[in-house]
Amino acid sequence: MLARRNFLKASLAAGGGLLLTATLPTPSKAATLGVPGTDAVMLNAYVRIAPSGQVTVTAKNPEVGQGVKMMLPMLIAEELDVTWDAVQIEQADLDPRYFSQTAGGSTATPLNWLPLRKVGAAGRHMLIAAAAAQWGVPAAECDTTPGQVVHRPTGRTLGYGALATQAAAMPVPHLDTLTLKDPKTFRIIGQPIRNLEVPRIVTGQPIFGIDVTVPGMLYAVFQKCDVHGGRLVRSNVDEIRALPGVRAAFEVKGGRNLRGLLDGVAVVADSWWLANRARQQLDITWDEGDITGQSSAEFLATAERLAKGKPGDILRRDGDIATGFSKAAHVVEAAYQYPFLSHIDLEPQNCTAHVADGRVEIWAPTQNPAPGSKLVAATLGIPDSAITVHMIRAGGGFGRRLSNDYMVEAAWISKVAGAPVKLLWTREDDMRHDFYRPAGYHFFKGGVDAGGRLVAFSDHFVTFSEDGAMAASAEMPPAEYPARLVEHLEYGVSMMPLRAPTGPLRAPRSNGLGFVFQSFLDELAHAAGRDPMVFALDLLGPPQLLPDPPGPRQGPGFDTGRMRGVIELVAAKSGWGQRSFAKGTGMGLAYYFSHLGYFAEVVQATVSSGGDITIDKVWVAGDIGSQIINPLNAENQAQGAALDGLGTALGHGLTVAGGKIVQGNFDTVLPLRMRQSPPVEVHFNVTNHPPTGLGEPALPPALPALANAIFAATGKRIRSLPIKDHDLSYSA
Amino acid sequence: MTYTIEVNGTRRSVDVDGETPLLWVLRDVLDLKGTKFGCGAAQCGACTVHSDGHPIRACQMPIAAVGDARITTIEAIGQTQVGKSLQDAWIALDVPQCGYCQAGQMMSAAALLARTPKPSDSDINDAMNGNLCRCATYTRIRAAIHRAAATGSI
Repeated sequence: MLARRNFLKASLAAGGGLLLTATLPTPSKAATLGVPGTDAVMLNAYVRIAPSGQVTVTAKNPEVGQGVKMMLPMLIAEELDVTWDAVQIEQADLDPRYFSQTAGGSTATPLNWLPLRKVGAAGRHMLIAAAAAQWGVPAAECDTTPGQVVHRPTGRTLGYGALATQAAAMPVPHLDTLTLKDPKTFRIIGQPIRNLEVPRIVTGQPIFGIDVTVPGMLYAVFQKCDVHGGRLVRSNVDEIRALPGVRAAFEVKGGRNLRGLLDGVAVVADSWWLANRARQQLDITWDEGDITGQSSAEFLATAERLAKGKPGDILRRDGDIATGFSKAAHVVEAAYQYPFLSHIDLEPQNCTAHVADGRVEIWAPTQNPAPGSKLVAATLGIPDSAITVHMIRAGGGFGRRLSNDYMVEAAWISKVAGAPVKLLWTREDDMRHDFYRPAGYHFFKGGVDAGGRLVAFSDHFVTFSEDGAMAASAEMPPAEYPARLVEHLEYGVSMMPLRAPTGPLRAPRSNGLGFVFQSFLDELAHAAGRDPMVFALDLLGPPQLLPDPPGPRQGPGFDTGRMRGVIELVAAKSGWGQRSFAKGTGMGLAYYFSHLGYFAEVVQATVSSGGDITIDKVWVAGDIGSQIINPLNAENQAQGAALDGLGTALGHGLTVAGGKIVQGNFDTVLPLRMRQSPPVEVHFNVTNHPPTGLGEPALPPALPALANAIFAATGKRIRSLPIKDHDLSYSA
Repeated sequence: MTYTIEVNGTRRSVDVDGETPLLWVLRDVLDLKGTKFGCGAAQCGACTVHSDGHPIRACQMPIAAVGDARITTIEAIGQTQVGKSLQDAWIALDVPQCGYCQAGQMMSAAALLARTPKPSDSDINDAMNGNLCRCATYTRIRAAIHRAAATGSI
């Protein structure tokens, strides 16, 4: 629902034609989607129509590979009623007139679906009004076909290009008076639209952050302490200045905020390679601070000790857990864990900045430019209004680029060096200075009754604190499934201190919780002697909407019918339960609701007697509402998310020792490769619900579906990740 | 020191330290930014170029060792029949997500098709396993290689 007032403005574009600027109040619905910080933020969108009929649509959000640079303009172009071939797309800079210029949480679709369509519809309304005025006929007699207004009684037509200038002078319609298209008449939305960037990608055009070049630019590297937040005591920076190609080398005294500018030594040189070679001669003494207990082995030992006691806090208590277990015929206890993860964007963090004359110009591959600009302003002591941020295509994001530490580093180094600089991290910098997906430890107990029904369920979750508070992305929602569907249920949580910064990674929380909960539910199905799919449908019960508990993160609830729908779809497509396999091959099922999307996935895997895993095939079934906006990209995103989950499960995991991340490159962190990559079949249930996002929700089920397939194939239960650390060999 | 190398059919002279990896000469001296930096350790394949038609990791090739080898980068791969058919297939199947790895993927694929015009899935696995795609577009990369092999008159 949109507020009554609107701020649509029309004006003449430079060179003639219509420039449409819409400033819309934030749809109040956003507040119910669990998206923080959207109150009182304004949305703008731009449509420019040239006299030639060429339409230019602004893409307001950062592009990190999720396809939003295509998707948002598609919404506008559809309702404007133009042919897609006539549309050019322009990337916006960070601009306070825009609403929510961020790439995170699979939010672009739910937040923009109606508002940006209304922007397009307003333009169409004004073009019709202009044509009606020119013909001297009522607007009600006019309609549009793509790119032109048609007078129905006479069949006369006028092209948008010819009307654009006059349309700019027409009264601006109230957005809530506009009628949007019947989805049955969509010509762009729902079509497989190719990404207009691909021709530039396949010819090697310089379109990424790392490719930015500005006149007079120097190249920078920045050495920080591998114990996060360690303080610089002394360095041999004076010797570094004498090395070949080095233009500047200096110590940086940062702050205590792990998300801001930290202590380190910057080296600025004529080329990046010379800067990085000089850096290898650095000899720095750090004060690492207190690193007691900061290792993976100690975290596990602490978690096991905490799990023996009462939880520090009770997240949820339904019924009486002791009563529940007394009714159980089978009780299963199991300890699960998942490791710290780095985002490993293939394009290492980088940023180009130019600080001069009290102004800062920044070229950043960032998912979240506004907080970055504020961080730079606060750190450099200049007003936010003196900062320009160009949002440059990023070589992957996965949540890493929601933080802007590289941005403030580049700005600071440019300021001290007195020149524009491109800061580029190495892979090791990137892996050792991340905002990690926190590890987590779950101590489960579940009980099924003689009829095979889940009657009792408990989890003691041991997670991390930062400075005494819950670490970022380390929490568990009290409504975590199967809560609300089990009579006797208890979730407790305990925390232990962590010195490394944490943050969201693609499908935050869900990427770990999905693995442990869906794996343990599979264990319970087997304990009950029931097929996991039948067990799942029985647990979900009849279709119903389970409302979320009130609170700041209150969402639209959990629809058991939609979840049943995708489970039944994936079962049908995969032939679940219809095939028998030889020992060593099996199918696993998992299902998960996150980011407003319902997904169920089946993995078929084969494990050799030597323990080598082959993933034979993956079936993905999703429900993201009434409209797949771009089926060509939707399939790609769902395949990629599922494969990302499989790769994470198989080969990705960081260990901490002495407060530092041990791994540094792709020899020890092993992302999925071509040889491991199975075919992925994607199917969507189209349902009568508002369209929602797709960057994330296909990921969480993939990890447990693989683990459950390995159990089906070998009888070996995976209770920790990554799978590469497990011996899966067996006697044939 | 000055080195003269042949890049994309043109002889280019560069004045750099002899240890400078070819990757950084291409990107920061010759302004050919299509070849990407991902790991600096020959682990990801983002910097794949051709040396006399063979795929190499430019991050590991010192400029002093290039010698007379003919270097080909993503910027020129479309001048070959194989390269053009791969570009067409990548566009037709809408392969990329973020797109950062795709130059390296296509250079490995072009070298594969030049020596194996009709590759099997196993051939593709062997040739492409050194190229990481963090977005995991492997399904479409595989399909695009098969499509290029089927459509290109190689």
